[in-house]
Amino acid sequence: MRSSLIMAALVVLALAAPFAVYPVLLMTILCFALFAASFNLLLGYVGLLSFGHAMFFGGGAYITGYLVRDLKWPMELGLVGAVVVALIAGLFLGTIAIRRQGIYFAMITLAFSQMIYFIFLQAPFTGGENGLQGIPRTPLLGILPVETAFSFYYAVLVAVGLGLLLIYRIVYSPFGELLRAIRDNAVRVDSLGFDVNRHKILAFTLSAALAAFAGGLKALVFQFAPLADVSWTVSGEVILMTLLGGLGTFSGPLFGAAIIILLNDTLSSAGEWALVLQGVIFLIVLVFFRTGFVGLLSRTKIIKLV
Amino acid sequence: MDIFGVSPQLLLGQLLLGLINGSFYAMLSLGLAVIFGLMNVVNFAHGAQYMLGAFVAWLLLTMFGVPYWGALVIAPVVIALFGMALERFLLRRLQNEDHLFGLLATYAVALIVEGLVLHGYGSSGLPYTNPIPGGVMLGFMFLPYYRLWVVAISLVLCLGTWLLIERTKLGSYLRAANERSELVEAFGINVPKLVTLTYGFGVGLAALGGVLAAPIYSVSPSMGTNMIVVVFAVVVIGGMGSIAGAIVSGYALGLAEGLTKVFYPAGANMTIFALMILALMIWPSGLFSKAQ
Repeated sequence: MRSSLIMAALVVLALAAPFAVYPVLLMTILCFALFAASFNLLLGYVGLLSFGHAMFFGGGAYITGYLVRDLKWPMELGLVGAVVVALIAGLFLGTIAIRRQGIYFAMITLAFSQMIYFIFLQAPFTGGENGLQGIPRTPLLGILPVETAFSFYYAVLVAVGLGLLLIYRIVYSPFGELLRAIRDNAVRVDSLGFDVNRHKILAFTLSAALAAFAGGLKALVFQFAPLADVSWTVSGEVILMTLLGGLGTFSGPLFGAAIIILLNDTLSSAGEWALVLQGVIFLIVLVFFRTGFVGLLSRTKIIKLV
Repeated sequence: MDIFGVSPQLLLGQLLLGLINGSFYAMLSLGLAVIFGLMNVVNFAHGAQYMLGAFVAWLLLTMFGVPYWGALVIAPVVIALFGMALERFLLRRLQNEDHLFGLLATYAVALIVEGLVLHGYGSSGLPYTNPIPGGVMLGFMFLPYYRLWVVAISLVLCLGTWLLIERTKLGSYLRAANERSELVEAFGINVPKLVTLTYGFGVGLAALGGVLAAPIYSVSPSMGTNMIVVVFAVVVIGGMGSIAGAIVSGYALGLAEGLTKVFYPAGANMTIFALMILALMIWPSGLFSKAQ
């Protein structure tokens, strides 16, 4: 009863938000919330730290931008294209990265993302350091114009909502149960006859696809796919969002994304202070409260979040 | 006189550049391997500490007039002390936990350091005067003395560290503490102190690399993070458990990168990553790693 009330309140809040807050900021938060949630699917539920998730996020932005701007695809298909490419790339890279256990996984994914960064830097369609600019927003479903930020907000809200719903369904499915079991005791899962690596690869692939979807959406929001979105700084940022919000909780990454984006927005005039502050927050969360924002909130007993 | 359609000047020139880069890869991945070997921490701050080495050298020169040779000693010591404080007050708190936390904590340190340097000195590269100007004409190419010095000193450092760890009493304590720290402690050896000193040593090595790099590459806040990502790939190929592996793969990958610059310039900065993917497919547990 109580949780459905909270849900209803959240929906009303999300619908009313663009009347009070700058819609582009809201859409940025939504895109990063989906990105962080897809990242959390991997780190929070399987225990795999990808230090290169920006390659899927930023890569998704580039693919969507290329399909919509250069190939004149409608934006929905552009997003689908980004997801398909990420599925293939995620399957390939996941299969290779999984060959080393533990901490190597983070280093391998970081190296992958750096390679992808250089590929996008040099590819003919990406605009190099300037990024891929001037991505048009085609009418929604071919009929509804979404040129204004205000109208596009609702499209993004629905898209992100669907993405989050999918993650929720994955996490609370038997498959998600198995992922958590792998995180907690991979040897036992293996002894029960489940193929641990296959499940890890599948989770990695799904996470990659969802991250690319979030990136594609962000490219449509800004009508721009920047090089910075495939850089390791963004990979680090999404880790911070997830940890800060609450690792392995469903709502944590959403809070984490909102906090970090609002922070970056406030500090946008002094980029280097944002780095310092991110580092400091990272340390505080690592040393003092691993459960993150959601864990802290739960401790107050006022509200229990999943 | 062309070799595979490439002039020997170009080929040897790029191979020399590759050897220089390889010297830095070897020194840095060596430090990472030493730290990981004893502490099981992947030191993400290694790049930042390398950058700090270069920066301290630059500060010493411009603020206090301390020449290169002085900086070569002072900067690594200063940064090593900073590293030891970091180990004592931050990393020790995380030592019994998942390796991920050590990686993330050092990543956070790298962010803070880079942000502060960026704030203080901006993102543009700062020049550092070459302390050994001039060079020798080898007939087919010009070899600057400074680069020769870098290759020589890095070889000495790598070999020295390898001997220290694999062939001395102190090194045997380190290796033993890595395997069974309680047992080593029972023999009356202060393992926590050993850990602090080891981290300081690895960090000092990174800073020394930074000082050596200052006259070659310009001194900039981002020089470390660009380096660390490549060094990670080097370490993945070599396997982090092996000192010799780190050294050999460092040099080999520097040379491979140089070769790519000759035959396929556009792919040069991707070479090491592509080789890493290849290595992972062929030797999943690392080229030099002992059985896991």
